[in-house]
Amino acid sequence: MINTMECAADAQSLISISLMKIHNSRTQRGGIKLHKNLLVSYVLRNARQVYIKEKYAEIYRMQQYEEVMTVCNEIQELNPLDLDAEDAEDEEQARAACCGEEASLCGAACHRGAAQLAVHTRAAVSALPDCCPLEESSKEPEPCYYRSCCMETSPVSQCEQFSANSSAYCNKTTVLDLDTHVVTTVENGYLHQDCCCDALQCGQSAQSPAKKRKVEFGCCVSDVEEISDFAAARKRAKREDCSFFHPDYTDTSHISNLISIFGSGFSGLLSRQADVEQICSKQVLASLGAWTRAIVAF
Amino acid sequence: MGRGENMGYLTQPGGRQKKQQFHLDVDVEPLFIRFLRTFKEILKFVLFSYTVLFGALLLARWTTYFMNPSVLGQQVQRNTLTVLRDPGGTSRFLRSDPPEPSRVSTAPVRGLIRPSEPLIMAGTGDGSSDVQWCFSQVKGAIDDEVAEADVISTVEFNHSGELLATGDKGGRVVIFQQEPESKNQPQCRGEYNVYSTFQSHEPEFDYLKSLEIEEKINKIRWLPQKNAAQFLLSTNDKTIKLWKISERDKRPEGYNLKEEDGRYRDFNTVTTLRVPVFMPMDLMVEASPRRVFANAHTYHINSISVNSDCETYLSADDLRINLWNLEINDRSFNIVDIKPANMEELTEVITAAEFHPNQCNTFVYSSSKGTIRLCDMRAAALCDQHTKLFEEPEDPNNRSFFSEIISSISDVKFSHSGRYMMTRDYLSVKVWDLNMETRPVETYQVHDYLRSKLCSLYENDCIFDKFECCWNGNDSVVMTGSYNNFFRMFDRGYRQDVTLEASRENSKPRSVLKPRKVSTGGKRKKDEISVDCLDFNKKILHTAWHPLDNIIAVATTNNLYIFQEKLN
Repeated sequence: MINTMECAADAQSLISISLMKIHNSRTQRGGIKLHKNLLVSYVLRNARQVYIKEKYAEIYRMQQYEEVMTVCNEIQELNPLDLDAEDAEDEEQARAACCGEEASLCGAACHRGAAQLAVHTRAAVSALPDCCPLEESSKEPEPCYYRSCCMETSPVSQCEQFSANSSAYCNKTTVLDLDTHVVTTVENGYLHQDCCCDALQCGQSAQSPAKKRKVEFGCCVSDVEEISDFAAARKRAKREDCSFFHPDYTDTSHISNLISIFGSGFSGLLSRQADVEQICSKQVLASLGAWTRAIVAF
Repeated sequence: MGRGENMGYLTQPGGRQKKQQFHLDVDVEPLFIRFLRTFKEILKFVLFSYTVLFGALLLARWTTYFMNPSVLGQQVQRNTLTVLRDPGGTSRFLRSDPPEPSRVSTAPVRGLIRPSEPLIMAGTGDGSSDVQWCFSQVKGAIDDEVAEADVISTVEFNHSGELLATGDKGGRVVIFQQEPESKNQPQCRGEYNVYSTFQSHEPEFDYLKSLEIEEKINKIRWLPQKNAAQFLLSTNDKTIKLWKISERDKRPEGYNLKEEDGRYRDFNTVTTLRVPVFMPMDLMVEASPRRVFANAHTYHINSISVNSDCETYLSADDLRINLWNLEINDRSFNIVDIKPANMEELTEVITAAEFHPNQCNTFVYSSSKGTIRLCDMRAAALCDQHTKLFEEPEDPNNRSFFSEIISSISDVKFSHSGRYMMTRDYLSVKVWDLNMETRPVETYQVHDYLRSKLCSLYENDCIFDKFECCWNGNDSVVMTGSYNNFFRMFDRGYRQDVTLEASRENSKPRSVLKPRKVSTGGKRKKDEISVDCLDFNKKILHTAWHPLDNIIAVATTNNLYIFQEKLN
């Protein structure tokens, strides 16, 4: 497998750097360079593999894993588009677990919808132009994240789980039509509207988490202060994961553009997850499928 | 032998009798015996002198070999290069496979083939083939602040080496011409001076996609000269242009209806008629666009290559390769298309393409995955199915986040003989034999010390730099660029390599370039530079080697350095 380099960057920072590059390339003179973005996507894929591997290694050791899994199942039963207090409670539970406990707990909540990472990355880049004038360091966007962090954990992941559960492996194709900016997800022949858009709508409709926002913000702010600590950085990264499936939902266009960056494909990648399979449940795997994306040409 | 006999003749007492006997016979056959004796003496002398001569030759030969074996080879190539250029006869005179390093006798053998060359060459050697490089010229601004438009983006010699073309990011093409060798200094090759400058491409805007099209010249390729004018193809991201560069040194004078400055004369003032005649004028070099090949590429053009038939050329972008006729600019054939039906399944792009130098039906293209495909246009109209696939299996121990990036090929070049091709990826140069697809025949590490720095190189985007590579005239040396204004030469025959620097500090005329060394760790010796001190903003991406002589053109960011072989 990939030998993690001794250099300072870990998988997480590589992911954020890569996303930064992709984002910047869109404003570069001369148009988007297909070759460079393809190479950056390879780095992203490699970093993701390492990152998820590390994450799942931690998850595996977790004790509350099963507990969260049961929560998972309960949520799954619900209509994913129907957000109500029950959801909020679940979210709160998960979030409390997140914030109160080890970072690995976040991971547990995260792995539930592994597409969170996708959304996180979407969030990362979408939040960038909105929230942060400075885009240089990957640490900058974090305060922005925290602002929007306190939403339901995963209307998105639920959406994807919902659709994912309909098939053992998630063969999803997300395509952005650059002309009409319509994002469509084709999965096993079924055409869905993009989950993320739904999630956004869900997010918009949800009101209850408002008060929990402060709680979340409070506990997350403390993390922001530990910037220099490497371990804390990882912790924060994981926290971001669990919190940031909710990009700034007022910017659907940004989201949909970013989704176009992560089209699906890379079916070969799915086979590489074989070793991870042993650790994770099928659910997790299915939602992992959402992560096997290639760059859609612009 | 003779002496012995003589001695015996003189001292042996029995010899007297012989002598007497001889004298008895002398009268009978004096002439014959005397003749034989004389002949014997002559033969002895001849044999002796040949032995001496042969011994001296061997002695001189061996002395030369131990002193300077490779200079012979180098010297040899200069005078026989006219033969090398003959496409059919190349293989006869040029050893197409590099001499084995283990066969020490290679150098003397090469020398003996061409006995006209002086056997003894003076001078100490270092680096490739013991050729010493010295500074000749530098072109470009001296300021440290580089204007974006002045960044050199391509360098190319023409087929005779007399002209050197450079393209920059501002869309300009500058052509230098070599001065004819002066009789005063027959050993010093002419200097390159500006011959023509013109704006080849302008920035454009694609309104349909809301994209700006850069005017940066990606590639320049010369056409073989057919008449007095020179032709070259220059391309930016989307459009290829055929330029004609012609000289004008005469102009017609003496028009009846026009004044010299072009104003029309009044009819009434014309009293006599005269025939206009051509009068000499100051040399003027004109560049005019003869053809514009546009709107054929959706993605960014990265290569153009003129076919050996001199009628067609190919242009390659990220996903497609088109075949053009030089005369027809509104149509092109698509010969390679690797765009997948579903763009999400895209895994590789085309990074470079080139026609075979001798076979007009063969071309290769390299991909971002580190593979090279050789295609034969006779096989099918659409050459998606390759004829040969050159790929080296990846070393699983070297796997990292950036494995895909550093294996992406940035340049592919055929050797002049057409038997080999060379590819450049981020860290190495590989020479492939067209007959062997499984692995390259030679691999040269350009700057392996960067392998541990890939992360930071990724952050500052240097890992995406596309280095080019080039062959020398007889395919014995390959050259490529690196960082800190270093460039590297690898001698294929003697397995030597040298790192040289193109900098203003070494810019005294005819100052010899000193080999540089990068210390990879541990103790740093004097004159070595450590990896952390390398300036990654100073990179040499484009280099070119004169097709016949040992003259190289090396482009730093905004300067063009010309180096020549040191001659005594």
